[in-house]
Amino acid sequence: MAGQRARGKSLVIAAVGWVVAIWIFFPIFWMFLTSFKGEAGAIATPPRLFFVPTLESYHEVFQRGNYWRVTFNTLGVSIGATVVALLFSIPAAYAMAFLPGKRTRGTLLWMLSTRMLPPVGVLVPIYLIARNTHLLDTVTGLALVDMFTNLPITVWMLYTFFREIPVPILEAGRMDGASRWQEITRVLLPLATPGIASTALLSMILCWNEAFWSLNLTSSNAAPLAAFIASFSSPEGLFFGKLSAASTLAVAPILVFGWISQKQLVRGLTFGAVK
Amino acid sequence: MNTIRAVFSKTAAAFLIAGTILGGGAEIAHADSTLTIATVNNGDMIVMRELSSEFEKAHPGVHLNWVTLEENILRQRVTTDIATGAGQFDVMTIGNYEVPIWAKQKWLVELKPDANYDLDDLIPTVRSGLTVDGKLYAMPFYAESVMTYYRKDLFQKAGLTMPEAPTYDQIRQYADKLTDKSNQIYGVCLRGKPGWGENMAFVTSLANTYGGQWFGMGWKPMLDTPAWKGAINWYVSALNADGPPGATSNGFNENLALFSTGHCAMWIDSTVAGGLLFDPKQSQVADKVGFTASPKGPYGKGPTWLWTWNLAVPASSKHIQDAEAFVTWATSKDYVNLVAQKKGWVAAPAGTRKSTYENAEYQKAAPFAKFVENAINEAGPDAPTAEPRPYTGAQFVIIPQFQAIGTQVGQTIAAALSGQMTVDQALAASQASTTRTMRQTGYLH
Repeated sequence: MAGQRARGKSLVIAAVGWVVAIWIFFPIFWMFLTSFKGEAGAIATPPRLFFVPTLESYHEVFQRGNYWRVTFNTLGVSIGATVVALLFSIPAAYAMAFLPGKRTRGTLLWMLSTRMLPPVGVLVPIYLIARNTHLLDTVTGLALVDMFTNLPITVWMLYTFFREIPVPILEAGRMDGASRWQEITRVLLPLATPGIASTALLSMILCWNEAFWSLNLTSSNAAPLAAFIASFSSPEGLFFGKLSAASTLAVAPILVFGWISQKQLVRGLTFGAVK
Repeated sequence: MNTIRAVFSKTAAAFLIAGTILGGGAEIAHADSTLTIATVNNGDMIVMRELSSEFEKAHPGVHLNWVTLEENILRQRVTTDIATGAGQFDVMTIGNYEVPIWAKQKWLVELKPDANYDLDDLIPTVRSGLTVDGKLYAMPFYAESVMTYYRKDLFQKAGLTMPEAPTYDQIRQYADKLTDKSNQIYGVCLRGKPGWGENMAFVTSLANTYGGQWFGMGWKPMLDTPAWKGAINWYVSALNADGPPGATSNGFNENLALFSTGHCAMWIDSTVAGGLLFDPKQSQVADKVGFTASPKGPYGKGPTWLWTWNLAVPASSKHIQDAEAFVTWATSKDYVNLVAQKKGWVAAPAGTRKSTYENAEYQKAAPFAKFVENAINEAGPDAPTAEPRPYTGAQFVIIPQFQAIGTQVGQTIAAALSGQMTVDQALAASQASTTRTMRQTGYLH
């Protein structure tokens, strides 16, 4: 009886899980389908689930945009911003987790509060700084802005992971004569690898999807995938097919990347959630 | 320890090298000049980009870099760039709303084309919209006004004939007869999506032909006048009775999709839709589309609607001379002929040059040409309104505050359309919010 009830419960949970997963995945699935419909098919009412696929939209997207260049730019921005963010946030999170002061909590909350500011509010000052430092339309400039934007999140995530590491282990290392540097690199980092990996993955995904700064700080040389997608939207004329094709091409690499690393990502995100 | 140090130093070095290579790419100096052109993803601009290799051939040493963006993003992007004098762009695609405002700020270069350009060939209403204190600050790439599209087959089936100069009352009568909601045929499709360039473009032109205007002398808002009430009552009642469901989400593109898939019996919108609706590749009703002038209301004049996409050179450009050469090339008679030769006359940029409309081949290829020309000729920025007005502009008001005012009023009109408030409430709220903004910005005392 109890077994049957447990089985019923897990079936309900599985069903709810599937519904939520389909609900979340449906827009991506529909975008993928639309990319093979052509412009006339993309706006057909009622929408068609079955149709003769065409590569017309992909053909136009490749003809009009430089996909490989913008993907390369996006990779440069995502990897660059993530590496630098980790270089800053690991020591910051270490200090906050293991050597907390009176104002640590307040500092953490203040860091997070910067995420609450609408980016457009600081558009002009950041644009002027980028102009004066010759970083407009450069991968370095965009990577720096993305890095600063994501820093509060990476510090917070690493701080949470580090707090789960038992202090006696670090103390044991110190007892054996480990310096601060050795304590971080030989004891802390190996223990927190899943947390660091998931922080890096999240930072990569956030940089990959970032649109506001990508569109405002780049023009032609450093334009990333967000700008590539935006170039296919039109105020006059049909564009859903081309936009879907461009969006499919933009999400494809990160989707594959996420798929491959999902185990690590889930492990990292749930690290310390259950004791 | 050494391994970790090595990994760290290698990573940092790799990042620095990658940054220098990737970032440095932007700063590589070209011996020749490279023009960065910001533009929108409209059909005519795509053709310009395709044919621009001809310009590069004729101007060795000048290379073109294209930045294509969605209209609202482009507006934000180029405004930030020009206001901060960053000089990221050498040629900007901007509307006739921005040109006079930016010219007064001295953000644009005055353009002085040579005699070959034939300035007098430009349609006067279009040219006057780009001229400030007698100086030309942008060159028109293409222009659009407003006209009525209708389904000839549905009219024939219902025994109706569309007049050459319909009135809004007639449009309502036809819409009532043609609406067949069970078969998803809607009598009239109109813009409902809020925005100064979306629903307010149509609504301003509608109010104008009902005798309404945005401001009277002394910048007093005039949105609660009987003329506006008549216009908005017509709009809300017609769309609710005969329009498609969810009309507040429909802008130009959504209505284009509805009409081209056979769901609209009539559609009053930009003249640029003509080329798209007559194209069998994009429109399922290409052989059934009829067109006529935009309807008139009780005022009898108007409606005013003139939008031009123009090419301008920002004062912050580092290649002003080459940029001027490009702008001149892309808006010249020779360019119109080049498009006709490569893409056919129907693809020629419309609404800018008298010579295009005098061309027999263009008249043959674009049957809607006469209507477009008449609409543009009548729709200048100084077109008449029932009472004197302190502002210029056709379906918008050429003051920097109008984007905010227009969008706010657009949201209120959309609220009336969706039944959240009555027309009287919406207009009273619009009058109050516009008065407040005009006081805050010093126009009203």
